[in-house]
Amino acid sequence: MKVGLFIPCYVDQFYPKVAIATLELLEKFGCEVDFPANQTCCGQPMANSGFEHMTQGCNDLFAENFQGFDYIVCPSGSCTLHIKEHLGVPEITTRCYELTEFLTDILKVDTIKVKFPYKVGLHQSCHGQRGLKIAQMSELNAPAFSKIEQLLHQVEGIELVNLDRKDECCGFGGTFCVAEEALSARMGQDRVLDHVKNGTQVLTAADMSCLMHLEGIIRRQKLPIRVMHLAEILNGVEVEELQSQV
Amino acid sequence: MESRARILQAIAQNQPEHQPLPDISTLAVVDYDPREKFIATLEGIGGRVVEISTLEEVKAYITTEFAQTERVISTLEELAPVAEINWLSDDPHTLENVDLFVMRADFGVAENGALWVTQEYMGQRAAPFITQNLAVVLNHSELVPTMHHAYERIGQTDYPFGMFLAGPSKTADIEQSLVLGAHGSRTMTVFLLMSE
Amino acid sequence: MNHSELAEEFIKDADRTTWHDETLWWVRQKRDKAAFQIPEWEALREAASSIKNNVLSNMHDYLVAFEAKATQNGFKIHWAADAEEHNQIVLGIMKDAGITAMIKSKSMLTEECHLNDYLEKNGIDVVDTDLGERIVQLRHEMPSHIVLPAIHLKKEDVGETFHKYLGTEKGNKDPQYLTEAARQHLREKFVTRKAALTGVNFAIAETGEFVVCTNEGNADMGAHLADIHIASMGFEKIIPERKHLGVFLRLLARSATGQPITTYSSHFKSPRPGQQMHIVIVDNGRSRQLGRPEFRSSLKCIRCGACMNTCPVYRRSGGHSYHSAVAGPIGSILAPNLDMTKNADLPFASTLCGSCTNVCPVKIDIHDQLYKWRQVLVQGGHVPFAKTVAMRAMTFTLSHPGVFGFAGKVGRMVMNVAPFMVSNGLNPWYKQREMPAPPEESFREWYSKNRNGESS
Repeated sequence: MKVGLFIPCYVDQFYPKVAIATLELLEKFGCEVDFPANQTCCGQPMANSGFEHMTQGCNDLFAENFQGFDYIVCPSGSCTLHIKEHLGVPEITTRCYELTEFLTDILKVDTIKVKFPYKVGLHQSCHGQRGLKIAQMSELNAPAFSKIEQLLHQVEGIELVNLDRKDECCGFGGTFCVAEEALSARMGQDRVLDHVKNGTQVLTAADMSCLMHLEGIIRRQKLPIRVMHLAEILNGVEVEELQSQV
Repeated sequence: MESRARILQAIAQNQPEHQPLPDISTLAVVDYDPREKFIATLEGIGGRVVEISTLEEVKAYITTEFAQTERVISTLEELAPVAEINWLSDDPHTLENVDLFVMRADFGVAENGALWVTQEYMGQRAAPFITQNLAVVLNHSELVPTMHHAYERIGQTDYPFGMFLAGPSKTADIEQSLVLGAHGSRTMTVFLLMSE
Repeated sequence: MNHSELAEEFIKDADRTTWHDETLWWVRQKRDKAAFQIPEWEALREAASSIKNNVLSNMHDYLVAFEAKATQNGFKIHWAADAEEHNQIVLGIMKDAGITAMIKSKSMLTEECHLNDYLEKNGIDVVDTDLGERIVQLRHEMPSHIVLPAIHLKKEDVGETFHKYLGTEKGNKDPQYLTEAARQHLREKFVTRKAALTGVNFAIAETGEFVVCTNEGNADMGAHLADIHIASMGFEKIIPERKHLGVFLRLLARSATGQPITTYSSHFKSPRPGQQMHIVIVDNGRSRQLGRPEFRSSLKCIRCGACMNTCPVYRRSGGHSYHSAVAGPIGSILAPNLDMTKNADLPFASTLCGSCTNVCPVKIDIHDQLYKWRQVLVQGGHVPFAKTVAMRAMTFTLSHPGVFGFAGKVGRMVMNVAPFMVSNGLNPWYKQREMPAPPEESFREWYSKNRNGESS
């Protein structure tokens, strides 16, 4: 199975460990993974700011880079959703998967030999949840399910925290995070408070953008919460310096 | 071109391709006992339910709960000994001092504790609103499960005015604190007539 | 001031923001409780959405049919192309009857038309009778929520206002006491005023009747005692048949406040003998919205407010930060149609989380429309030019992998060597968040070293 690894631009530049964890995880489950070196960005930040009409260059580059794979996998719900909705090349978009849904729906992973004896607070990233239907949303009167929890429950020793608001937005929202800075920060602070209140030791999500924003707040407030991408937990990355995070 | 023509022309030009109406005949899911649901829901929204066997009990209620000096009106002739029944042609403004109004309802709706009443049941439109306290007599057999059933039952009936009435008037406009008794009646009692 | 400036002001009072957020979240939870008691809830939403889609596609004929039936029923129908004309028609009716004092129940349409101001300037005294509306009227404020007009006010604020204008006890903030005071104050108006204006929740094409839903009974207290009843409606309020009310009345109150139904759902089919009843059908930009394929479904709205209650942005910025009659997510997709310059900020006041779309009882794709309005506004030149320049630079960088890699490397190097260049007061991110720690190498650098250039 040839998998093209699609790494969000900010993950490539600022969170390489998340990309490495994603790569290693896919390889562990038997995928032949290739990272097209000329990829840059899906174009979402521009499109969401109203500049969709300028994203043809990005789209063309993406289509060029990701030709010829069986699947294209990305550790980000929002980037995957954006490509699926806006690239306009069906042979590519129909093969695009966010990491979680790839693991559950395609690889049908049912054993993860990892120990992670911590209280884990799962942040439900909006685009993956409401857009890609990776987990049921609280608004709908419909059966509960969560592909993320399905995977996390396979990890030994993990204890999932019950949050007050299971799927409220973190407030990152792309350029919103600076264009409406006060609101963005306030939303993030409220999310963090929910985790603090309910005992989260490790905060995780399937989207590094949310985590970047929440981690920025956690570190500013000097809170003893570690932030890790889902791929890192599933790949057995050790929790570093939990006590001395401050 | 006058406005009506301009507006209708713009609408005709701008409206999208025809989309058909859905079939709503199978929407209702009834997984409850209508009478139990009706009583529980109505009590939950601030109404009071009193099961009675005859209208005599309503008379007794009126004489015990309301002083001689308080004004009681009704559309039920049977209540003539204890309530005024000849007010139907009066100016509605004269009903301002009514303390209790007793009327009948056509039927009740279990899912939301509402009663369907048309103008002929009200006597006058203002009556159920302007009264301080409202009481409604409902035959226990006249209950439908959902609003879909309700509109089926109403069908094409002609009425100059009708309403679904669910409990006493209320508001939560002050810091989401629920207060019963806004501008309509302060209380609402349903006399559920168990016979007939 | 635009939304982000107004929101920043609002958020300065952190405790009050928490209170506002929690109050509205509680309303969202009440909606959830009500919705989850109905197994067929999602089927109901789908039915309501389809009915409204049918309405949009047959709007002309339904309106003509409604007008004919309503006229037969004894209503006088007026048509208003815009807000100004609506106001003139209402004034005209009042002047013809020689009446100078009116009572009003809740109508967001009349807020949109600024009716109260217009009437006051023309010598008509208007008293709003919905409790929340009366409170904001006394305070000379706009309502901040379409269903809960005074949700931005605490009991103390209401207590102060009533003490000042209604003579209630100073410092008494008991809601029961204050509501009783309002009841007495407004009862006098109901009983003495000769003209009442209401909104319209639903107008039925089949029968020429219309429905008004309230909890307080104020619309009815006005209408059934007045010599003249004026009902103002946006033309999109029309629905095809009486039986469709079954669908909408099951959804409306549950979505709005979590109640199974409002206390009163009043069906007006003909005037009281001797009473004049007027219906004013208003366009004011709605026909233009109807012609926008991507935005026309915003006209399906039944004004429940569920989108506002669920919106994490609305809850933390308040309705007034949207500077429009209708605020929140639905307001942000309606307002640009009314004025693209003034309201260009609104579609950007969102993270596109999608919660609104999924509570909307008529399934308007609100968050998708917010995204689409952004494209329209940018291409229409309503967004600051500096943003366009920045975006052009971004597009260039992201279309050229070499430039991207280099820029990233430089950025990380700067952050490592001279962090104060980035982590300072000029960087909005940095106000309340730490910057991410810059790694030694990017993933692509690691990959080319560790996977021996196995790239395509």
